[in-house]
Amino acid sequence: MSLALLLEQVLNGIQLGVMLFLMAAGLTLIFGILNFISLVHGSLYMLGAFFAASVYGWTNDFVVSAVLAVLGTFAVGIVLDVVAFRRLYMRSHLDQVLGTFGLLLFFNDLTLLIWGAEPHFIAMPQFLSGSVPLVAGSRYPIYRLAITGAGLAVAAALYVLIMRVRLGMLIRAAASNRQMLGGLGINVRRLILLVFGLSAAMAGFAGVMTGPLVAVQVGMGDAILITAFVVVVIGGIGSVRGAFLSALLVGLVDTMGRALLPHWLGYSAGPAVASMSIYLLMAVVLLLRPAGLFAAGRA
Amino acid sequence: MTTPKFTLALLALIAAAAVPWLGQPYLTRLATSVLILGIAATSLNIVVGYGGLVSFGHAAFLGIGAYTVGILGLAGLHSGFLGMPAAVAAAALAAFLIGGLSLRATGVFFIMITLAFAQMLYYAVIAAVPIGGDNGLRLDPVTFGSRVSLNQQTSLYYVSLVSLVAALYLCRRLVLSRFGRVLRGIKDNERRMISLGFFAYRYKLAAFVIAGGLGGFAGALFANLDAYASPELIHWTMSGDMLVMLILGGVGTLAGPVLGAAAFQLLQEVISSYTKHWMLFFGPLLLLIVLVSNRGVLGLVFREARRDG
Repeated sequence: MSLALLLEQVLNGIQLGVMLFLMAAGLTLIFGILNFISLVHGSLYMLGAFFAASVYGWTNDFVVSAVLAVLGTFAVGIVLDVVAFRRLYMRSHLDQVLGTFGLLLFFNDLTLLIWGAEPHFIAMPQFLSGSVPLVAGSRYPIYRLAITGAGLAVAAALYVLIMRVRLGMLIRAAASNRQMLGGLGINVRRLILLVFGLSAAMAGFAGVMTGPLVAVQVGMGDAILITAFVVVVIGGIGSVRGAFLSALLVGLVDTMGRALLPHWLGYSAGPAVASMSIYLLMAVVLLLRPAGLFAAGRA
Repeated sequence: MTTPKFTLALLALIAAAAVPWLGQPYLTRLATSVLILGIAATSLNIVVGYGGLVSFGHAAFLGIGAYTVGILGLAGLHSGFLGMPAAVAAAALAAFLIGGLSLRATGVFFIMITLAFAQMLYYAVIAAVPIGGDNGLRLDPVTFGSRVSLNQQTSLYYVSLVSLVAALYLCRRLVLSRFGRVLRGIKDNERRMISLGFFAYRYKLAAFVIAGGLGGFAGALFANLDAYASPELIHWTMSGDMLVMLILGGVGTLAGPVLGAAAFQLLQEVISSYTKHWMLFFGPLLLLIVLVSNRGVLGLVFREARRDG
């Protein structure tokens, strides 16, 4: 395998990792504060992509459709919290899984009803299409670099929000003791509402950004939801920093596995093993560090 | 033994035994799948209902059971005396491996990990071309000696019925045994049971393995019903469906999983006869059921009945 191809795969892996982080960060925030597991997160990713596809169909403007899609998923997150999640926080994990499973089935079928079964496509924005030179005459698409950068910017903003801003301090406080925070006169319910909206918007953003690279279709959120779970498990539940490092690790392992393993193991066994690689990684982490790699510091 | 419950169960059994006599192949097939789903949900109930462990990867064991029958068939082995125990053994072994790792974690972690491992198996199966890849694996139903073949609808129906009764008996004995008491103790207060000197991990793993083996048996029956080992059996929505059956019937009750399986199948039939978007209605219904009652529809009915009486 040439250096150019290797470098390209590394960049692809980082790009996948950044998108996974946008999903996993929301999941781990929600879990850290509420001890709540949501299966709807993949649906928000899917909705983000579909919203963007529709708005793009009307306006032909990628930026406008991205912004509206992220606002749309933010709103869906708020509505979900008011209608359903609020009543599920205090319940058992089984109830949370089943309740959000019901919502996931609903969203999949609703999307099928509105947008149909055939895949939709979002065109890349004009100013981000094309490619830049990499090493040895090979080239790399600007769009992938751009979404990696956008994802990293969101990650940095999230870091600043959580660690440097009053709102983030309240979020961290809610994660360590929700009742106490309420007792100090903070409107915890509104804070949680905001966190749900925020995590929904991040999932939607990931969906929008990935949209031009893949076929936008029903069920696209389910696969990435489970991969995001793997990220959360490896990173350590409740740790946003852990989610970031683990997302990059999972993105790289998955991409490199798919690129390299068929070379090494042949084209019949290679793809099968490659599709298992991140789960095997998870198994190894569980053997060595059952609480995840970066579970030490929460928040 | 002549409690009202026992009489009710006996009547249900007689009614169930009469189904093939109606001579309606479609109905018999539907009833067979309810019976098999009942076995599958019963096996999951051992882990979820009595062990308090929310496994979201139970479909893995159904799939392993089904594919074991299929792979033995590829090798020319069609005897049920070999196929069914092999399916149970293979699924139990997988449950030992998956459970051994997953049970190192608890709570939400455990849910995500079991889900991830089952999905790993799904991806591995659809990438494995020698066993059919994403087309699944066609197979010949197994035979027991020269007389009984699960190819015949009636034989399969009665084998499934007897298996379900045996599975329920096994489940009841298990729950009432010392093992079952320890398991329920761990569900209620794990730390206390550990202080009392029980190795909680081993008990949970044992329950997980038993449930996995029984799940494998149900999967093998499914393979015979369809003459086909389908990757869809391993898909994570199947794991979700089985949990739904538990909540419909009532988690941690003996009859709950079976009634839940019947209710699930019936709901699916009824709603999808009106619209092909059956999940559009079923999803919110499920959410509503979860919000209204955590003791299942059965629990709801019985609670109402008790209030009336």
